[in-house]
This record gives sequence, C-alpha cells and structure tokens, in this order.
Amino acid sequence: MTSPQDTSSQGRYPAGGRAFPHRNLISIGALQTHEILFLLDEAEQWVELNRHASKDSDALNGLTIINAFFENSTRTLLSFEIAGKRLGADVVNMHAAQSSVKKGETLIDTAVTLNAMRADAIVIRHGSSGAVGLIAGKVDCPVLNAGDGQHEHPTQALLDALALRYTLRERGDASSDGMMNGLTVTICGDILHSRVARSNILNLQALGAKVRLCSPPALMPSGVEAMGVEVFYRFDDALDGADVVMMLRLQNERMDGQFIPSPREYRHLYGLTRERLALARPDAIVMHPGPMNRGVEIDSDVADMEGRSIITQQVEMGVAIRMACLDVLTRRARKLPGWAEGEWA
Amino acid sequence: MGMKQQSPIAITGGRLVTADGIAEGVLRLEDGVIAALGAPPKDGDTIVDAGGKLVAPGLVDMGVFAIDKPAFHFGGITRAALMPDQSPPLDYPARVRFAAQSGKPDFWVHPLAGATIALEGESLAEIAMMRDAGARAIATGRGWIADSGVMMRLLQYAAMLDMVVVTHAEDGGLAKNAAATAGEMATRLGLPSAPAQAEALAVARDIALAEVAGARLHLRQVTTRAALELVRAAKARGVSVTAGVTPAHFMLSDLALAEFRTFARLSPPLRSEDDRQAVIAAIGDGTIDVVASGHDPRPPEEKNLPFADAAAGMAGAETLLAMVLTLVRDGVIAMERAFDLVARNPAQLLGVEAGGLAEGYEADIALIDPEAPWVVDARRSEAQAGNTPFDRQPVQGRVTALWKGGVAISL
Repeated sequence: MTSPQDTSSQGRYPAGGRAFPHRNLISIGALQTHEILFLLDEAEQWVELNRHASKDSDALNGLTIINAFFENSTRTLLSFEIAGKRLGADVVNMHAAQSSVKKGETLIDTAVTLNAMRADAIVIRHGSSGAVGLIAGKVDCPVLNAGDGQHEHPTQALLDALALRYTLRERGDASSDGMMNGLTVTICGDILHSRVARSNILNLQALGAKVRLCSPPALMPSGVEAMGVEVFYRFDDALDGADVVMMLRLQNERMDGQFIPSPREYRHLYGLTRERLALARPDAIVMHPGPMNRGVEIDSDVADMEGRSIITQQVEMGVAIRMACLDVLTRRARKLPGWAEGEWA
Repeated sequence: MGMKQQSPIAITGGRLVTADGIAEGVLRLEDGVIAALGAPPKDGDTIVDAGGKLVAPGLVDMGVFAIDKPAFHFGGITRAALMPDQSPPLDYPARVRFAAQSGKPDFWVHPLAGATIALEGESLAEIAMMRDAGARAIATGRGWIADSGVMMRLLQYAAMLDMVVVTHAEDGGLAKNAAATAGEMATRLGLPSAPAQAEALAVARDIALAEVAGARLHLRQVTTRAALELVRAAKARGVSVTAGVTPAHFMLSDLALAEFRTFARLSPPLRSEDDRQAVIAAIGDGTIDVVASGHDPRPPEEKNLPFADAAAGMAGAETLLAMVLTLVRDGVIAMERAFDLVARNPAQLLGVEAGGLAEGYEADIALIDPEAPWVVDARRSEAQAGNTPFDRQPVQGRVTALWKGGVAISL
C-alpha cells in the first residue's frame, strides 16, 4: 500500500480554508472537483492511522459531536461514531426515530434543541430528501449529511471513491492527479430510491469517470439521462467493458407498491453472478455499499471474490473519510491557521 | 350586520373594463348594483375620481381553501368559491349554509358542495340540499374520484341539477405520494414523483364521462401540454368543459423546487418548462377559461418541513391579479381578457350576476393601477400565512380601491 504523498496534492486546491470553504457537507452536488480531491487526500492520513495498532488522534479533543439519526442505521452510525472517537471527540448518539419526533415535535424544534446543546458538529440521517439541509439552516455548527431520503449520501460516495483510489493504486492504475478519467462504473440496482446512487453519480463524474446505470424501468428515476449518465435496462449490456460494478440492494422499505415480481426474478435479471461478472473487464472491481442481500442482487462467491470485491475495504475507508470530514469541517471552530476566516461557499 | 350602499356613487375619469374592451367613461353605482355605464353622473352622486386607473369588476376567485378576507381584499377579490376541503368538509347542507354566510357583509363566499361524503370518493353527498343551502357548484376536493362508476353517477346527478362539477384531475394511482413531477428536477432532488401524464389520464376520463352524462365539467387546474390538448379537442367537439389554472403554473416551472423550497410544493406539482409554455399558450388561445388563486395559506409548521412532508398549497390571493397582468404585458392576452379569466368566466360558472361591468350586476368594483410596482414580501403578507412562491419578486398591478355591493372597503 502506498503511503500518502505530500507532494502529489500540491497545487490541486487553494491554500488553507479556501480548499474547502463549506460550513456543512450536505451534498456532493455542492462541491467542486478540487474540494472532493481535498477530502480524499485528507482521508489518506486517517487510513494510515487506522491501520496502526494505536489509532488515537487528539485533533478533536474537547469537541462534542452529535449523531442524530432519524432513520435506522447500523454501519453508517457506527462508522461516524468510531471516526469521532478516534479523533478524540465526545460522541453522542441520538436515535431520533424513537424519540421526541414520535411525540409530535417538529424537525425544526428538534434542530433548535440540538443547537442549544452546543454541539460542535451534528451528523444527521433523515428519511426525507432535503431534511438535513433544512436542519443545517437552523443550527450554528457544521452539519454532515449521513443520508437524506432519496437525495444524497455524500460520505458514502466519498468513501467509495477512496476505496477505488486505493485499489487502483495497488494495481498501479491510479492517476497521480487523483482523477479517474476513463474509468467506466456501472451502478446496478434500485436507483430510484437510492441516495447512494445520486451521490455516486455526481462524485464519480466530478472525478472524470463515466457512469452507467442499470435497473428495471420502474426503479430508474425519470429524466436521469440529464445527469449525463448512460441508462441500461439489460444488465449484460451495462456490464460490457465496465471497470467497476457497483451493486445496490432493493430498498423495500422505501417502495410504495410492487416494483418487481419477486427477489428470485430480480436475481434472474439483475443479480451479479460469477457468469455475469465475466462480461465486464477481466479485472473489474466489485463494490456494494451494504447491507447486501446475498443471493439477490449479488451472489456470495462474487461478494467474497479475492482481488475483485472491495466491499470490506469500502467499510474501512468509511471511517477514514468521516474522520477527514469531521476534521475539515471543525477546523474553523478550532481556529487552525489559515482556516479561521473567509467567506463560506 | 347590514352593509348597504347609502348614496349613489359615480366613478369618473377611469377606464372601464368591459367584455368588449377598455373604454373611458363613468360608472354609476346605486343601491348596491351597477346603475349605469358611460352615462354622466347625477346630482347627489358621490364623485370618485379614478384618475385614469382601471375600473374593473371585483375578482371572482374560482377555488380557494380558506376565507382570508384581508388577503382577498388586498387582491381585489370580492367573491370566492370555497373548496369543500374544510374541517369538517363541506359535505352537509348545514355546513354549506354556514360557509355561505361566513364572508358577509364585505365578502361573498360561494361554497362548493363536496361531491362525496368526507370527500372520500365513495358515496355521493346530499348535493341538491347543499345547492339549496347556497352551494354554487360541486367539487371533488383536493383529490380525484378514483372510482369511475361513482364519477359517472356524480356527473349525471350534477347534469340533472344543472350544476358545474369542479374536479381535481390527477390519477390517484400515479400521483398518490408524489411531491413533484417526474423529470430531472425530481430525480436530482430525490423526491417522490409522478409522470405529468397522471393529469392527462384523469382529464381524459373526466371529459369522457362528462360527455356521456351531458354534465358541465370544470377542471380546476390543467397544467400539462397533454391534458390541455385533450381539453382543446373536447371543446372543439362541443363538450361542456372549462379549464382553470393558478398563476404558479404559468409563472414557474419545477426549477422552483431547487433547494427544496416548500413554498413551491403545490398540488398538482409544478411542471416542466415545456408544460409551462403550453399553459401560457392555452391561456392565449382560450383553452384555459379561468385563473384562480388556489389560496391556501399554510402556517410554518406545515411548510417548514422536508419538502415531501410539507403540505401542498400556496397563498395566492394577494398576487393573483399582478400575476395575470404579466400575461397582458407579455402580449399573451388583452387587458379585458385578463378580467374574463379572473372575474367574468368564474362568475358564469358559479351562476352569479357579478364578475363584469353590466347594469344590474352587483356593484363589486375594483379600482386598479395596472402599472403600480410593488414587491411580494412573504413576511409582510396580509394573508393568514405568507407561503407564496413569488416571495421577493417585483410585480406590477395593484388595487387602490374596492367596493363590495357599492360599499367601499378600506384597504
């Protein structure tokens, strides 16, 4: 594994706080390419740290981070919690799905309440598109979007890009400028209900990759071609020549009515089997944001394929990316040199 | 609570808005009705100098969700058809009778009888009794009637009573949980959406059934190119169908949803730019007969929410006139036609002698400066709530004086 090269990032982005002039991280759509590269570069130090036996940093000592999850989550919540703790912050988890929201408190009141507790950063997941941005407008500290409805899940897209960067680097295919020009990524699954897909489309395209989408028509968002992607309904066609295959699960909890006849029939048409994977590039990388439904969208032998599946690396990169985001977004409050002033983007 | 015109009024020096055009002349109001157009003032008349402004009929707003007099008066609206979507709904004669009195003396409410009990689309409500209690037309409410059998029998019944049926034309199966029109914007924002064709489907069905039943159908909001084509074709073959729209659908496209602005969360949702252009063309060629405010003030607790969770609807009474006047300035319609859309045609649908300057009509008069500039300001709104999608937009056209039944209303 290559160590981070300090020189490689020179000139990629402006100095100091201008490298990332955002108060919040709500959407990939709001970021410039160099800002994305900055976060990815920043995350590399945390990848290295996390691979040591002793993983402590004191960067965020004395800061309080609230993870406010209005929707159930296991891995994202855990990943943010570990990220905050490794940076030395006090991390508090709020499972809002079962709390005052049920008692009729409005989202704005919840936000104001969180704000009054003087958190230094709030990480939010919510089931409605736009909800995290709405809360961000009502609080004084940085807000990180851990997934809002079917809109965006920016840290997922960033961690996916970081996992790809490390894999390409291991293979000697990484570009020194951090871009992914010429890479073809096929995203297959329930695109309609997927915030992961939306963030990944924007992020991968910003990094120069070509994005293909594949799903049954009912699970393909209308007008998505306008985002510059290629749309496929036949999985075999979508796989042809792909460098990366990113599988998404069926989000049954978001489906209103029946979208596919059965999981078995879904696998028949859209399951990533060993045979189907052979249609992609010979060394094509397999990704999945989890949780997986083995035997539905992805077969076990594909999910566990050595050297091809980077699903566990994605999870590893998740912690590093979230450490980078928490570190960068709290720099102004921590008065790091060069980060204390300036206009927000 | 009587409010009667005490002495005759002559409005001089104004430009009278008549069905045939704009003409300089005097308008006399006496005993609460229009006494004469064009004749000189009589001795004893109180003279009001219009100073070159438009002398127009008070607006008749075809479909509002709340009685909000300050907002209506600001907008020059003297009568409104109240949608049955009240709490409790207008599906019962006594409630209609109460609603019909609720605006007097300085505002007239024309309740629309709920077509079905609790507006659930299943059992017909007591429409004839509601008519006799003051209902001027029938409405399906915010939703459509999914069961075509129920809709057919409703239209037959309405035809027998010679009442217009006002429908909300969106196929419920498609539009059920949609907060936006399917397309790039909804996709980028990750909002639940329905294809624009949900409207054409409902319009096609309602026209077909109205044709069978021989009923008068008013589609309260037609907002898509495909549905407008259906209306145009139906009118050409003589079907008794009329179409309405609110200014949001000719002023805005779904780009207004950017940043999840819930004041742009409407029902039906905002459409594509192509559909917006089709609406403008349909106003220009007469396919659309009515522009209404759809006035639906919503408090912050219903709007300050994630987009899909927010209530649909906009406060539109204050901006109705100014928005319609943009169509005049853009050359889409002539000035007199603007008042057909917001006064004459709605009055005709409701069967009330108002909405125009004609002898014997109720003296509901608005003095309008069509050029007066002002800026829409949601926070300083006269309405019960300021949920306007036109916030901070500079507009032109303002009511400077208003009479209801010959009695001046202080603005």
